[in-house]
Amino acid sequence: MSYLVYAAIFRLLGADPQEEMLHQLGLWTLILLLSGLSLTPLNRIFSIPKLIQYRRMLGLYAFFYLVLHILVFFWFYLDANLAELFDEVIKRPYVTLGMLATLLMLPLVLTSTRAMQRKLGKRWKKLHQLVYLIAILGCIHFIWQSKSDLNEPLIYFIWLVSLFSIRAYFARKKAQ
Amino acid sequence: MKNRKIRGAYTQYKDNQVTPEDSYWNRRDFIKNLGLSGLAAGSMSSSALMATIDRPVNSGFNTAEPLSTENVVTHYNNFYEFSTSKRKPAEMAVNFKPGNDWKVEISGEIEKPGNYTLEDILSWTRVEERIYRLRCVEAWSMVVPWQGFQLSQLINLVKPTSKAKFVAFETLESRSVFPGQKRGVLGFHVLPWPYREGLRMDEAMNPLAFLATGVYGKPLPGQNGAPLRLVVPWKYGFKSIKSIVKIRFVEQQPYNTWRKSGPREYGFYANVNPKVDHPRWSQATERRITDDSFFGTKRIDTKMFNGYGEQVASLYSGMDLARDF
Repeated sequence: MSYLVYAAIFRLLGADPQEEMLHQLGLWTLILLLSGLSLTPLNRIFSIPKLIQYRRMLGLYAFFYLVLHILVFFWFYLDANLAELFDEVIKRPYVTLGMLATLLMLPLVLTSTRAMQRKLGKRWKKLHQLVYLIAILGCIHFIWQSKSDLNEPLIYFIWLVSLFSIRAYFARKKAQ
Repeated sequence: MKNRKIRGAYTQYKDNQVTPEDSYWNRRDFIKNLGLSGLAAGSMSSSALMATIDRPVNSGFNTAEPLSTENVVTHYNNFYEFSTSKRKPAEMAVNFKPGNDWKVEISGEIEKPGNYTLEDILSWTRVEERIYRLRCVEAWSMVVPWQGFQLSQLINLVKPTSKAKFVAFETLESRSVFPGQKRGVLGFHVLPWPYREGLRMDEAMNPLAFLATGVYGKPLPGQNGAPLRLVVPWKYGFKSIKSIVKIRFVEQQPYNTWRKSGPREYGFYANVNPKVDHPRWSQATERRITDDSFFGTKRIDTKMFNGYGEQVASLYSGMDLARDF
């Protein structure tokens, strides 16, 4: 993030810094989200319980980048016009998905504190399983907005699918 | 017969045809100063003054809008033959410096087909400067000073027959020159290569249709489509095909690459039209890129035919442009 600010000031973002900023923020949202989801499988495979404590941080960072991603879109692409934002969310399916993912992320952010975790007990885990859906929406949003080159967005999709496969494998093992 | 002597690849412009970025801006300041000092006759706008210095604005060959800087024009390029990143073509094209021996195969329904070199073509045509708006289908735009010649000059020279209803263009296909034509990491081609585009004959003959060989007074850099590219300013940028090796005159509407890859999203005509949205984004406005500062890009309204309606609207009278987008 500090790199993005530095790069924006010193004109390192190329000829269209607004677009570069928008894309970088979106990409990092997805990377942080998928990284957060990778910690549990990594712990399962390599038994590094220390990793688990970073899940919350990665999730919150992802949300922070997501908010900036939306702000850049809102400010520079829509001239901070709320009516237009509303219009875009309704008319463009990939924007709809992105917005839906953002809204779903809100309750997770609000209940991310330890106190809330204790208060909600079992329901907390259920609620936070929404993150899987959010990640799927994020990946589809990335694939859908790309013009013709699917190579890059599909890499993230494959990342997500492998995470699901690992989880499914361990879940089945546990059931046996 | 000896044609105009061209020593090297980069000597196609006489000094007086070359206008560096600085003097572009100075010219504009000069005009502004004229206006401020009251020298301008009451009713004369700065653009009218501009016209007395350059060519008339209402021909569409020029515009008084601020130019996008040379840096921006040459470092923000959609040239998927190199990369889908807009920043990479400038780095990747450093060794792509085709010269005047570049060959263009001109064929089809014409009386004078042949393999012509760029040197031949330049010796038959008159190089001039055009300042055009460039509107990308991705809803960003620039103002670019091109050098080159009117496409109709070349068309008249090769003498199309009555069967020539369309002109088809093709970009060089070469995986060594254009790494972007290789398969991607997951095995997908980004687009079906080679890149192809086309115009209807009357569109190609319109005085605005232009073949550029230079930009900002210098030979076209590789990333801008060296050494010969089309510029059709009333259409979305993807129509302006780069690094042309084939020009074919045909009877049927030719294939064009983006339409092939997404017929719902990209048409054959691809006229700039604020009323017809791309299915995934609005075309009502555009982000005008003038320099690389964070606030150097401003959102403005998109005009029908990119503001060239006066010159080209008649080409499409009676057509439903929402259907033939």
